[in-house]
Amino acid sequence: MVSLTPYIVLFPLLGFVVLGIFGSRIKNEKLIGSIGSGTVGLSFLIAAAIFIQMLGAEPTDRKHIVELFTWISTFTGTTSSFAAPVSFQIDQLSILMTLVVTGVGFLIHVYSIGYMHGDRGFWRYFAYLNLFIFAMLNLVLADNFLLMFLGWEGVGLCSYLLIGFWYEKKFTGDAAKKAFVVNRIGDFGFLLGMFLIFQTFGSLTFDTVFGGAAVLGPGQSTLVWITLLLFLGAVGKSAQIPLYVWLPDAMAGPTPVSALIHAATMVTAGVYMVARCSILFALAPATLQVVAIVGGVTAIFAATIGLVQNDIKKVLAYSTVSQLGYMFLAMGVAAFGAGIFHLMTHAFFKALLFLGSGAVIHGMHDEQDIQKMGGLKQYMPVTYKTFLIGAIAISGIPPFAGFFSKDEILWKAFSSDYGSVFLWILGVLGAAMTAFYMCRLVMLTFEGKQRFGHDLHPHEAPKTMTVPLMILAFLSIVGGFVGLPKSLLWGNAIEHWLDPIFSPAYSKLMIADHHISWSEFVLMALSVGIALAGIVAAWTIYTKRADIVANLSSRFKKTYSLLLNKYYVDEIYDALVVNPIVNVSDKILWKGFDVGVIDGVINGSAGLIGWTAQRLRKIQSGVAQNYAIIFIGGIVFVLIWLIVK
Amino acid sequence: MVPLQSYLVLSAILFIIGAFGVVSRRNAIIVFMSIELMLNSVNLTLVAFSAYLGDVTGQILVFFVMTVAAAEAAVGLAIVIALFRRKRTVNLDEINILKW
Repeated sequence: MVSLTPYIVLFPLLGFVVLGIFGSRIKNEKLIGSIGSGTVGLSFLIAAAIFIQMLGAEPTDRKHIVELFTWISTFTGTTSSFAAPVSFQIDQLSILMTLVVTGVGFLIHVYSIGYMHGDRGFWRYFAYLNLFIFAMLNLVLADNFLLMFLGWEGVGLCSYLLIGFWYEKKFTGDAAKKAFVVNRIGDFGFLLGMFLIFQTFGSLTFDTVFGGAAVLGPGQSTLVWITLLLFLGAVGKSAQIPLYVWLPDAMAGPTPVSALIHAATMVTAGVYMVARCSILFALAPATLQVVAIVGGVTAIFAATIGLVQNDIKKVLAYSTVSQLGYMFLAMGVAAFGAGIFHLMTHAFFKALLFLGSGAVIHGMHDEQDIQKMGGLKQYMPVTYKTFLIGAIAISGIPPFAGFFSKDEILWKAFSSDYGSVFLWILGVLGAAMTAFYMCRLVMLTFEGKQRFGHDLHPHEAPKTMTVPLMILAFLSIVGGFVGLPKSLLWGNAIEHWLDPIFSPAYSKLMIADHHISWSEFVLMALSVGIALAGIVAAWTIYTKRADIVANLSSRFKKTYSLLLNKYYVDEIYDALVVNPIVNVSDKILWKGFDVGVIDGVINGSAGLIGWTAQRLRKIQSGVAQNYAIIFIGGIVFVLIWLIVK
Repeated sequence: MVPLQSYLVLSAILFIIGAFGVVSRRNAIIVFMSIELMLNSVNLTLVAFSAYLGDVTGQILVFFVMTVAAAEAAVGLAIVIALFRRKRTVNLDEINILKW
């Protein structure tokens, strides 16, 4: 079964090729949608089969490497040879990621059949989406850094293609460029990290690198550099401070793209990468601190912006940035398993929320401003119910999925040797804000009075859209049960499952297995209480006392506009980074050097020759006797010269 | 006997007169006459040396020069006639079509 691994990656690639070449000629939308979804569905089935087989195997027997072919290989001697094969690593972590990517990906493909109905570029959309799944699977299944980087860049490319899908509009093209350029900054860090890894360990294969790391002691500066650079890559890809600015703009793309790429999969690549390299990070506790602080601060920072946004997708975008902050917070306090757990549950409910918002946008005929919505629950009951489930899940209310994963992170932030009360406070405040803005979103969109005109008739989404919503809602409800606290039922199954992956890191960091203490339950109650408080506050304000909103926004006008304008970060970047670069490029590099110097030299030398020729040609007077004079002059000169010699 | 130098000086003077004529006369026919003068001065030099050195090679070369002069005069005059048919003048100053 494991030998079928290459097919997991191959099917979406085939889908891309077929749809890319023939898609424009296929007129039947259902056929295109079936090909696009079918390839991902097949990949999911294979992954599920492998997973079931792994469940039955011994924990030590669960890792397999399947090599496909040799991509790059240089043999310049045994010590300095470099080989990067295309080979896939099936283990507990990668199969989990594969299931999430293909499973949620499949649901989103099916959803897209309904959402993108009638679009001129229907075939192109599915081709790009399949290409994305291919790249993402390469990323999570790779067994060496180079193949992972291929997938890393590939998903960045597909993000660009899909954000800029409706390329006729200028702002979509700008958003796509912004995403790619900001990503690139992170990729630069990733590349440098890879170079250092190769220099330190002599190989880019995970087994070799991590094996070499396992015998090292902590506190080496090379490893601090490596991990910092790798983390820079993660910051770019997973939208943390300071490279998060592309994600809200990326909402210009179709909503299923936002759900798949910017919620469930691509942005989680950074988290996956940190998890995969856990042993490296374990050897650099200083970097772990940086990761935790960046994650925690991002979580709260983005949540504050999300409190006041009026575009339904922007709220969810900032929410995603915030939740990714939680995942990195987990990684930073060495709770790698908890971070991956939250990645999984977040994929479920964030995809659900985005797809739900897509159903709302679709039903409201492309309206995205929640100030113009309200009272939609009677028009779109299925969307309302599933969206509500997603909102409750993300707010961290038990027994829904988000509670278990978020709570695990908060507990670890508080209790771990690498956590602190400060980080816990950041997390809890962020959780309170999450609950508040999600409830606000539900209230303003679905509840209350209708704030749109009577000529707008919102309608429920078609089955291809609502069925994925329902499946994701189900997963958002039960998804958390794989990670129960130790004392309940079967305990933290997902942590056990992932233990062989992270135990080298845990032993390096000397993290002992923790025992259940009463403080864990106190914190649990606290976080649920705070989330409920946020929900109640939002419910009260937005349905009963709307005057509070007006009151607050006029009394704290400066703060309100600061939040609404996202702390003016984009404007600051424009002034500090973008415009200087543009000006230098325009005035110095282009006009100064390219036109002035290079063109100047070429044109100048031609001009010089022309100027000389203008003067010299006057010799040719056309009168033969003048030539005769010169002729005779020359003879005289030669004669004199010969005589003098 | 007349010394050799006299012949050579005469020949040089004739050559210089011929060169001046080529360079400064306006009429094409006069220029041709000057060219012939230069060629004949060279002939004189050759014959003088041949007589004084007792070597007949000089006189053979004179034959060659005369032949070439005749041929060149024929061709040159043909060109002048062709030119006259186009430009209605034999004034060399006015023939400057190949100027810059």
